[in-house]
Amino acid sequence: MTLQILLNLVIGMVWMLLHDEWNMLTFTIGYLIGMIFIFALRRFFPGRFYGIKIWSIIKLLLLFNIELVKSSLVVIGQITRPKLNIQPGIFKLETKLKSDWEIIMLTNMLALTPGSAVLEIAPKEGIMYIHAMDVAEFKQSIVRTKDLFEEAIIEVMR
Amino acid sequence: MNVSAIIEIIVAVMVLAGTVLSLLSSLGFIRLPDIYTRSHAATKSVTLGILFILLGTFIYFWFMHGLISIRLLLGILFVFLTAPVAGHLVIRSAYRSGVKLSDTSVKDELRDDLKKMKQLEQYHSKEG
Repeated sequence: MTLQILLNLVIGMVWMLLHDEWNMLTFTIGYLIGMIFIFALRRFFPGRFYGIKIWSIIKLLLLFNIELVKSSLVVIGQITRPKLNIQPGIFKLETKLKSDWEIIMLTNMLALTPGSAVLEIAPKEGIMYIHAMDVAEFKQSIVRTKDLFEEAIIEVMR
Repeated sequence: MNVSAIIEIIVAVMVLAGTVLSLLSSLGFIRLPDIYTRSHAATKSVTLGILFILLGTFIYFWFMHGLISIRLLLGILFVFLTAPVAGHLVIRSAYRSGVKLSDTSVKDELRDDLKKMKQLEQYHSKEG
């Protein structure tokens, strides 16, 4: 993958050299043309075409932003209720992610999604202890978002 | 109505939304019962509020002055990276030093496991 990105940068530079125009626009055009070449020749590179990875990163970011907006609305809905009616609690969740970086990403994202904050992690057992603002109401949605994020993170990292 | 007026309205709406979000989450600090639920208000809504304000500023400078300020985008990125970590550390250390959950809490699956973990750690440190 590193090889593909490097090669693509070189193609962009060569395109600038050939045109003798040193600006961002020419470089971008060259980079895009290089990307098309690498996509056409992807069979001959080790590993997958790196555009797929970039696409999955974009998907992860989009998913994350949608969940963030939803979670803020939920929290504000709870706060502005005239009578505070929440039942906070801590529950366990198992994760299938293994490496440190994957778990860090999942933790960071769960911290910013509906009614959940990660309290403690046991990486060896793959268990996360999550504090939820309203256990009864949010447990289902937290499990669902966790699964969504896991899928997206695995797609990005592996 | 020309373009700059439309941009101005968009920017105004975004900055206002960010401010309202920040205001509401600071209201949450006062109303919520314990530190764990307060950290929810501190991490989520505030982050989104900052996102809106900085993005509004970015759009304003881009369309009004033709200035693309990468620093504003970096600000968003770093707030997103640090706010959840800070929230996690605050509640983790609070739990470990024995801050109680509020009375309305219904569930605590961590307490027993943490006890076991601590016993294990003590056992291992004696062995070593």
